[in-house]
Amino acid sequence: MSEHRMLSIWFFVGLMLTVFGVIITATGVYFVFRPQQATVLAHLNPSLWWGLIMLTAGMLFLVPSLRTHKGKKR
Amino acid sequence: MTLHITWVDWLVIGIYFAFVLGIGFYLRRFTRTGEDFFIAGRRNSAWVAGLAFLSANMGALELLGMTGNTYEYGMFVAHFYWIGAIPAMLFLAVYMMPFYYSSKIHSVPGYLKLRFDEKTRVLNAIAFGVMTLLVSGINLYAMALVLRTFLGWNWDACMWISAGTVAVYVTLGGLLSAIFTEIVQFFLIWFGLFLVSVLGIIEIGGWQEVFNRLPDSMGALWSTSTDPANNGMQVTWLGVALGLGFVLSFGYWTTDFLVVQRAFSSRDLRSARMTPIIASFFKMALPFIVVIAGLVAWVLARDPGTGFSLLVEDGSVRYDSALPMLIQRYYPTGLMGLGVTALLAGFMAGQAGNISAFNTVWTYDIYRAVIRKKASDAHYVRMGRAATVAGILLSVVTAYWAKSFPSIMDYMQAIFSWVNAPLFATMLLGMFFARITSAGAFWGLIAGMVSSFSLFLAVKFGWISANLITLSENASPMAANFWRAWWAWLICFTVTILISAFTKPRPKAQLAGLVKGLTPVPRDEKLRFYQRPGAMALAALAVFVILNLIFW
Repeated sequence: MSEHRMLSIWFFVGLMLTVFGVIITATGVYFVFRPQQATVLAHLNPSLWWGLIMLTAGMLFLVPSLRTHKGKKR
Repeated sequence: MTLHITWVDWLVIGIYFAFVLGIGFYLRRFTRTGEDFFIAGRRNSAWVAGLAFLSANMGALELLGMTGNTYEYGMFVAHFYWIGAIPAMLFLAVYMMPFYYSSKIHSVPGYLKLRFDEKTRVLNAIAFGVMTLLVSGINLYAMALVLRTFLGWNWDACMWISAGTVAVYVTLGGLLSAIFTEIVQFFLIWFGLFLVSVLGIIEIGGWQEVFNRLPDSMGALWSTSTDPANNGMQVTWLGVALGLGFVLSFGYWTTDFLVVQRAFSSRDLRSARMTPIIASFFKMALPFIVVIAGLVAWVLARDPGTGFSLLVEDGSVRYDSALPMLIQRYYPTGLMGLGVTALLAGFMAGQAGNISAFNTVWTYDIYRAVIRKKASDAHYVRMGRAATVAGILLSVVTAYWAKSFPSIMDYMQAIFSWVNAPLFATMLLGMFFARITSAGAFWGLIAGMVSSFSLFLAVKFGWISANLITLSENASPMAANFWRAWWAWLICFTVTILISAFTKPRPKAQLAGLVKGLTPVPRDEKLRFYQRPGAMALAALAVFVILNLIFW
């Protein structure tokens, strides 16, 4: 198994959390300008802060795993 | 009731499917040998194997079912995550893993071959294969049912698309692919569902307020267990401790190849031993998703001002609707897609776990052991890929079968007590006592499996009273499961010892590396404390005790 150049699992975790974090945060930002009352606790705008938490977690996985991968390649 | 899905939610769901398929295609180039395909090259760190170990067990059916069970039985459901898992996971790590890992086997039946003989291995492999396909098919059926009920999706399309996706990525990347996607799914489940509990606690007015509104029978873990009438599950502490905490839990966590396979993929023995320990910390945290969500649903449903209620179908309450109803209550567009994706991820993680375990047991313990003993490594990899596709197709067939006989669902909880509970007795005796013979193990296993299955049928068709098995009146079906597992274990244990006493054991020289006392004990003194499996197992045990005391 040529694992020397294989991207680590943490890269995939980070990528997925980042992509979903961006989407959820974007919907949260949209709700700031167009508030919705369809769900309970909508006034807390959970999309915005949960999206930002996901985005931060995603970056925390993504950036170090990319650095490690580049280091290995060199 | 159907959840309202918008294009943003579809985008999230679509990205998830593209993502897991992409991982399968990416990993194909790294999956060439049998070792790569079946054991992920034995290169994984303890963290990777540990999260996959837990994720393979964390199906969405369990998430939905346990949230629903909490609504029905209360805090007692946390027993499944704490006493029903942690002691067994730590026992596997500290005591059993050295025998498993050091023998360099590919599967749990493989250990039975080395320790006992070929017929014990094949018996267990066939039982495991049938159990895995049954569970996999029933899961698939239940998933399609849930998606149709809560999302209004087409039954056939749900089943074929999710089964097909799992087939593609497991066929391409084998266990490596299954493990990668399981870890991605682990994070998705946490990020997709933990928010439900958080928002529920906020709405009710705080953590303490949730428990203040619960009666003792719903909010306590042990204090209501002396009398079965005082707790929702109608089971005594003895039933919980013996049936769930000892036999069912140890039977599942220490012998079920579905989870143990993840530990086999570790890079060395220390990592393999750390695998269940790391998983145990996350297992202990899972009630903060499922149990808290179930309690939140219970509290909300008793407050008419909230307008919250569970789904009622044909006059009966659908307890498994608790989690989807909470998702519908709290999640706006976008988050809704994430919540549904988390459920899908849970289904697919469980499915991939079953199929990757099945293809290994089929290829190594049935095909290579019985049908074609000598073939090239490439041949067995091709067989593994074919077994993946065949396994998925058989699961789909089982799912259609379950659709025409919905009562098959009743059997699902019982399946584990037929196969795993007796196997745990065989493993325990085999690993710790050199005197146990091959004949004892084989006939003990058969006696345990047959007795468990017979007890199930006898109670199901009213030949004997369930009270006879549970030693109490008015026992719930859950309590009957706990007690049946205990009796199956005891019968297997006793028969194995009795037959071993009258048959000739193998010479001790042949059991080196397979039995305690004849296997070198790993020494960890030079490692830092957080690298030592023994020290970390003690830390996990301490957390386990504290959690039980807090929620006593």
